[in-house]
Amino acid sequence: MKPNGNGMQRPDYAAIAEWVRPGSRVLDLGCGDGTLLRYLWRERNASGYGVEIDEAGVLACVRNGVNVIQSDLESGLSDFENRAFDYVILSQTLQAVRHSERIVREMLRVGREGIVTFPNFGYWKNRFQVALGKMPVSDNLPFQWYDTPNIHLCTITDFEDFCRAQEMRILERKVITNGSAVSFLPNLRGALAVYRFQRA
Amino acid sequence: MDSSITSKTVGVVAPQRAKFSEPVRLKCGAVIDQYELVYETYGRLNADRSNAVLVCHALNAAHHVAGRYADDPGDVGWWDNMIGPGKPVDTDRFFVIGMNNLGGCHGSTGPQSINPRTGKPWGADFPLVTVEDWVATQARLADHLGIKRFAAVMGGSLGAMQALQWTVSYPDRVGHALVIACTPNLSAQNIAFNEVARQAIITDPDFHGGHYYEHGTRPTRGLRVARMVGHITYLSDDVMADKFGRQLKHGRLQYTFEPEFEIESYLGYQGTKFSDYFDANTYLRITKVLDYFDPGFEHGGDLAKALAPARAAYLVISFATDWRFSSERSREIVRALLHNRREVTYADIDAPHGHDAFLLDDARYHGLVAAYFDRIHAETTA
Repeated sequence: MKPNGNGMQRPDYAAIAEWVRPGSRVLDLGCGDGTLLRYLWRERNASGYGVEIDEAGVLACVRNGVNVIQSDLESGLSDFENRAFDYVILSQTLQAVRHSERIVREMLRVGREGIVTFPNFGYWKNRFQVALGKMPVSDNLPFQWYDTPNIHLCTITDFEDFCRAQEMRILERKVITNGSAVSFLPNLRGALAVYRFQRA
Repeated sequence: MDSSITSKTVGVVAPQRAKFSEPVRLKCGAVIDQYELVYETYGRLNADRSNAVLVCHALNAAHHVAGRYADDPGDVGWWDNMIGPGKPVDTDRFFVIGMNNLGGCHGSTGPQSINPRTGKPWGADFPLVTVEDWVATQARLADHLGIKRFAAVMGGSLGAMQALQWTVSYPDRVGHALVIACTPNLSAQNIAFNEVARQAIITDPDFHGGHYYEHGTRPTRGLRVARMVGHITYLSDDVMADKFGRQLKHGRLQYTFEPEFEIESYLGYQGTKFSDYFDANTYLRITKVLDYFDPGFEHGGDLAKALAPARAAYLVISFATDWRFSSERSREIVRALLHNRREVTYADIDAPHGHDAFLLDDARYHGLVAAYFDRIHAETTA
């Protein structure tokens, strides 16, 4: 199951729903228990599928009435055709995939726009813990160094550099801490980053 | 699986029989003037007739899907672990129908039946049927039972092909299709195994060109070999290794052609058991039903095009160790459904048992089917 999936309380879900136009077709990569898709279906009349590798997640999706395809993101999105979706969402999963570049390329192949959310490693509380000589543990990064699925943590600055290198055009950004938007010094004060982007 | 769930059963059941006097034209062109279909039902049809589930059988099974017979309590339905009160397909909620397909040998009209035109058993003259023909005759049984639309049609293997075909043949009559351990068509290897099975039967001297009833014989040797070949393809290499390995019956080599390895006597036992009750003419026909199934064929090989008329939602399930109808083949079905923007959920269950897994009790598999039927139930009661 997706780490940190505490249902509709997740602040990035509301941020994503604000962007998704009503009636859109959505693909949610690493969809966990399908909460986001169910939320988008209810709030935005969105349709589509989740992709999840974990069997408990697949079962939870069925229980949530969400269509899910059990598949490994790391092997690409070959089940899906070009431009089949309005949005392809990667919510708090980017930091846990091995081939980050490939997955983002695939997102923009099968979708018109991509939406990515990730915990900002540059958040001051994370920096503070590192400064104290420890790997950060927090609400957004709830794992110990030895059991974390997160292998590609990054900061807001890192991600925006990555977008430029990958020829992704950022359309919108939201930075959130404790449920509130952060505009001043986001890379320092923001716990969670949410991006909407398309091919440059 | 929780034993409190598996211990529940629909109890004592009895088969029923429906007669059809309106001729059916088969895909091969032949016409059958009148026929009978044997079926069983479990649970109760609700007032608005919206809770019916059709269970389609695979190669060697029939209408006895769940429960047991009063006069033969050992004869438990072939999918009794799946269907019953409190089970994944909950008969407290759903009205479940199992039937023996046309051409079968469990009571429905087939090669053993009397051909009214000749007064003799059909035998070799019984026409070759297809999945489409089966679905068409199943629809007539549905009419007979007053069911306009099934909440779900489900099956494993060849049964899954029928569920898939239902959604194309009768798009408005199926809410959900459960397509388990399926393939969009047989591979050359699949057909090859079937042909070995057929040749074993056809070359048995007791076969008499399919008219063995008149000769008072049965090609049991051929049928036995056919079943042995088939059985190999139902099991995974790992399960065979695990269950039998190279175990010897007598502890040491005998240097004879009698069964020496445990796997040999197991296959022999399975073959003999099967050839005692199954009809060779039916077996031959069912292997051809499998070979012919290929919905994409008439659409230039485009499965998505073939499935375009479908309106159902789908649960597609494959088993990771199934090498007969591999997970990749199920994914072809899923991709076609995604192309068509159908509602589809796909799961690949990591069960060790190979193709046979669809019949076995696996908590992950049954949990998924149960959750999916919860969803169907919520829809039918909404």
